[in-house]
Parts: sequence; C-alpha cells; structure tokens
Amino acid sequence: MNSVPLSAYLVLALILFCIGLYGALTKRNAVIVLISIELMLNAVNINLVAFSKLGTAPSISGQIFTLFTITVAAVEAAVGLAILMSLYNRRKTVNVDEMDQLKH
Amino acid sequence: MSLSGEMIAFIMLSLVAIIGGILLINLTKVVHMVIALVFTFVSVAGLYVLLSAEFLAAVQILIYSGAITIIMLFGIMLTRHNDSNEKTAGLWRKLMLFAGIAGFGLAVYAGIYNLDIPVQETKLHEDNTRQIGMALYSDHIIPFELTSVLLLAALIGAIILAKKDDEEKEGEE
Repeated sequence: MNSVPLSAYLVLALILFCIGLYGALTKRNAVIVLISIELMLNAVNINLVAFSKLGTAPSISGQIFTLFTITVAAVEAAVGLAILMSLYNRRKTVNVDEMDQLKH
Repeated sequence: MSLSGEMIAFIMLSLVAIIGGILLINLTKVVHMVIALVFTFVSVAGLYVLLSAEFLAAVQILIYSGAITIIMLFGIMLTRHNDSNEKTAGLWRKLMLFAGIAGFGLAVYAGIYNLDIPVQETKLHEDNTRQIGMALYSDHIIPFELTSVLLLAALIGAIILAKKDDEEKEGEE
C-alpha cells in the first residue's frame, strides 16, 4: 500500500516549520517575515493532510481543515500587507527593527 | 530495500521543498526569496497529490503559488526595499535563535520519529473533490458559511487599511 511512512511527512513538516520560524525571527523586511509565516502555515497543512490519510482515524475532515487554514492564511496575507502599506505610507520603511514607535 | 515510485517522488518533492526554504533564508535579494518559496509551495502541492488530496493540490497552486506569491511581490515592489537585505540581526542573536529553534526541532523530532500508526485502507482518492464537497456542505456547513463572512471582513478591512492615508492627506492639503 502506502510505502511512505507517516513520520517522514511529519519530519518534513517539522523542517519546513523550523525554516519558517527562523526566517520570521531573523529577517528585517516585513514582507519576508509575512511570507515566512505562510511557510509555517504550509508546514501545518502538510501535517493535517498526512494525518487525514495515515492517521488513526483517516477521514476527509483533515482536508477540510486544510481548506479553512488556506483561507485564513490568504486573509492574513492580504490584511498583513494592507497594514504594511499603511505603515509604509507613514514611516517610509518596511524594516521590522525600525517599527519601534511604541518603545519611545 | 528497493525504492518504490512513491518513495522516490516523496524524496524529490521534499528535497525541492527544503531547498526552497533554505534559499529563502540564504538569498540576499527579497524578490529572489519570494521566487524561491514558489518552489516550496509547488512541491507541497505535489506532496498533497501523494497523500491523495488532489483538490487541495489544485487549491495550493492557485492560492499559494498564484495569489499569495503575487500579492507578496506587489508588496515588495510597492515599498522601497533596500534591495539586498543587508546586515540582518547580530550574529550573537542569530546563533541564539538557531540554537533555540534547533532545540525545538529536536524536541518535536524525538516525539515523532518512530510514530507508527497502522495504515488503514482509505477511500480518499476516489472522487476526492466530490467527497470534499459533500463534507463541506453537510458536516462543516457552519464554518464554511463563516468563512465567507471572514473573507468579506478581510476584503473591506484591507481596502480601508490601505486607503486611509491618502484621504487624510487630501484633508490636510
């Protein structure tokens, strides 16, 4: 039947999640931070789909969950970029380490 | 141990996905980073096909490598970015972060590396889209309808957020 074990998918998702987390915490450009978060969400989606086929109770629900996650990810990207545009109009910067108005 | 076709496909797709992620970390130009991530998104779509989720694979390509990548490229083009993403966080901070994330990764890996769930026969690959439609309109109808409200709220919110500043400027002038 299925020759690829469940743990292989989970380890791949873990690696992608760690890469996304590292990118989100180290990059300066806010757009790259946003897209790193998309990568993390994608890793979670792999987990959901893998469990929907290879988990203890395989069913279609995992794929439905993934659809909702993708929707929320798209919404998050759109609103995040809108906030970024608004911020850029005000401060003329997209670097996260210069967005420190609340500290002063 | 002979490699089955599925295993070979999995290995190649996951290699492309991980290489895309590593390029995202290491490239210097922001546009190149986003393009590198398209490889990851497309190969994740391939993984969905391996997991008998054909509909999700199509959605992944449409939404992620189509919509989100393009909107991110717009975001980069419309803002002034210092082209190369010069000096990032300090080396010390990077090392600490790397150690922390490696620790997190190892902790999770210890929990999942020998996870063994007996594989059961599934019918996910038969009429996958039809099954998703049936489930979406029967069991999950309320979250599905709420999603439409969420999308509407995001649409209006994004327009208002991105537009507000111009009007204020016009008022000032």
